[in-house]
Amino acid sequence: MRQLTYVRAETIDEAIAAHGRAGAQARYIAGGTTLYDLMKLGIEQPAHLIDIADIQGSERIDTNGDRLFFGAGARMADVAEDRVVRRDYPVLAESLAKAASQQLRNMASVGGNLLQRTRCPYFRNGAGGVYPCNKREPGTGCAAIGGLDRGQAVLGISESCTAVSPGDWPVALTALDAEILLSGPAGPRSVPVADFYLLPGGTPHLEFAIRPGEIVTGIAVPKTDAGRRSTYHKIRDRETYAFALASAAIALSMDGDRVRRAHVALGGVATRPWRARETEALLEGQRLTRERALAAGRAAFAGARPGTHNGFKVELGARTIADAVMIAAERNA
Amino acid sequence: MSDAPEPDRVIVSRREALEVGAGIAVAGLAVPAEAQAPAAPPARSIGPGTTLPLSTRINGRPVSIDIEARTSLLDLLRERLRLTGTKKGCDHGQCGACTVHVDGRRVASCLTLAAKAEGREVVTIEGISDGETLHPMQQAFIDQDALQCGYCTPGQIMAGIACVREGHAGSRAEIREFMGGNICRCGAYVGIVAAIEQAATQMRRS
Ligand SMILES: Cc1cc2nc3c(=O)[nH]c(=O)nc-3n(C[C@H](O)[C@H](O)[C@H](O)COP(=O)(O)OP(=O)(O)OC[C@H]3O[C@@H](n4cnc5c(N)ncnc54)[C@H](O)[C@@H]3O)c2cc1C
Ligand code: SF4
Ligand code: FES
Ligand code: FES
Repeated sequence: MRQLTYVRAETIDEAIAAHGRAGAQARYIAGGTTLYDLMKLGIEQPAHLIDIADIQGSERIDTNGDRLFFGAGARMADVAEDRVVRRDYPVLAESLAKAASQQLRNMASVGGNLLQRTRCPYFRNGAGGVYPCNKREPGTGCAAIGGLDRGQAVLGISESCTAVSPGDWPVALTALDAEILLSGPAGPRSVPVADFYLLPGGTPHLEFAIRPGEIVTGIAVPKTDAGRRSTYHKIRDRETYAFALASAAIALSMDGDRVRRAHVALGGVATRPWRARETEALLEGQRLTRERALAAGRAAFAGARPGTHNGFKVELGARTIADAVMIAAERNA
Repeated sequence: MSDAPEPDRVIVSRREALEVGAGIAVAGLAVPAEAQAPAAPPARSIGPGTTLPLSTRINGRPVSIDIEARTSLLDLLRERLRLTGTKKGCDHGQCGACTVHVDGRRVASCLTLAAKAEGREVVTIEGISDGETLHPMQQAFIDQDALQCGYCTPGQIMAGIACVREGHAGSRAEIREFMGGNICRCGAYVGIVAAIEQAATQMRRS
């Protein structure tokens, strides 16, 4: 790991100013559970770290307004355990509780979580390894295509990259139409989560719609009665402490026994948090049966393009949606 | 480990460190006079620099030491402070062997920058017993035969104590879920869950 400077910022303005002074080689660090990990692998090589984990008030959680507000510095564990979030928005709480381990959830921030990098093994093989990777070193090629691709995405892939967007929380936020609040040298702005994640296309090294020096200050989630009938269902190679092979964030508003509004987003199967509008359309106005839910789940994968070893994700993904819809529907609003 | 002498190093043998218990390895080294004050100042601001003067408390004792900005808390504990009870399994947050408490919360010390310990309270496996009296969690691991090789054990014990204090040891299923971050390659899981159940009962009583 190269030599670097470290400084702890106490306010957002101080952090942005420090980033500006330090220049292109600077990175913010919150929990460090992505950044420091990748620094050890030589994939990230910052020369300056600006620690934003102790910015005053950055860990604020506010469920009283007309939107839920999560300060970027709130720890995953604290949001996962928040009483109101657990009761009224289980999809949010579960997406965090089912991610990583309690040690990591105590360290990691919900803002840094948005910006975690893929777990594609060829990407993580590291700088100077034998495997080319367009995300790590643009233009070198993609070792995962035609390689050991069991974990790779089937939706949103390109000729350049098939890496899965790894986060669970961003999937839940996508289902609930969250906004990402940012601040930077040019002042504050907000970006809908739907626009925050970029498809790989020909530029898989560009992943997030965040500008140089910008800092995530918080996340706002519009309140909805669908929150109570919601779940984050995550299928993994082991029961806990693993990334998703397939996951579904579901929230339902019901009119009697018919679905008025369905929020559906997928993880583990796509190159970005994946909104499944086809599934939502097939559920809305309908009485729920397992068969309908499965058919709606299958519709999300109509455009899937599996590789050699990951074809199972199509059926697994559809069944994950179907199970999640039925779990959410059984929750009392 | 290099043989080059480090100016601030005091060799404490593993056996000695175990016998004298908490803190001595820290107390013996690199604690300049001003750090002997009763409590470490809540010096929250730190940096900028490629090397940093760190003031923290480890196992109840103030520690002041110059560190590399890029060093991990795990390497600081093991390589500089000779607190080798905390283990390095994966160095990437994946195994839990390096679990310690920072301000009472369990973290993976391998993915924690040492600089983040500035002004905080760190507790390692060396800091949990009360002199000769083992912590109920340590005793429970012995009673329940919750280990084979023992490499994961310090991390399991630190995670287990936190698991109980967080209120996540209510059932076997909950213990398994909240101990998921600690891998045991010997597969001593049945004993580990039983040990945490046993200790949870005792810890709640005291
Ligand atoms: C073993 C392991 C297992 C894991 N399992 C899961 C899992 O199952 N599900 C899951 O979702 N995640 C999982 N994770 C990922 C983990 O959730 C993320 O690493 C974590 O959320 C990142 O947050 P952080 O605060 O540590 O970010 P950091 O590592 O500090 O930062 C990550 C990136 O975001 C930038 N950054 C951080 N905060 C801000 C901000 N406020 N504004 C602008 N930029 C910022 C940093 O510069 C860096 O580029 C796992 C991680 C590990 C190591
Ligand atoms: S899938 Fe993407 S991240 Fe993985 S090797 Fe190919 S280019 Fe790199
Ligand atoms: S050594 Fe830190 S989690 Fe494995
Ligand atoms: S006892 Fe050997 S790894 Fe757990």
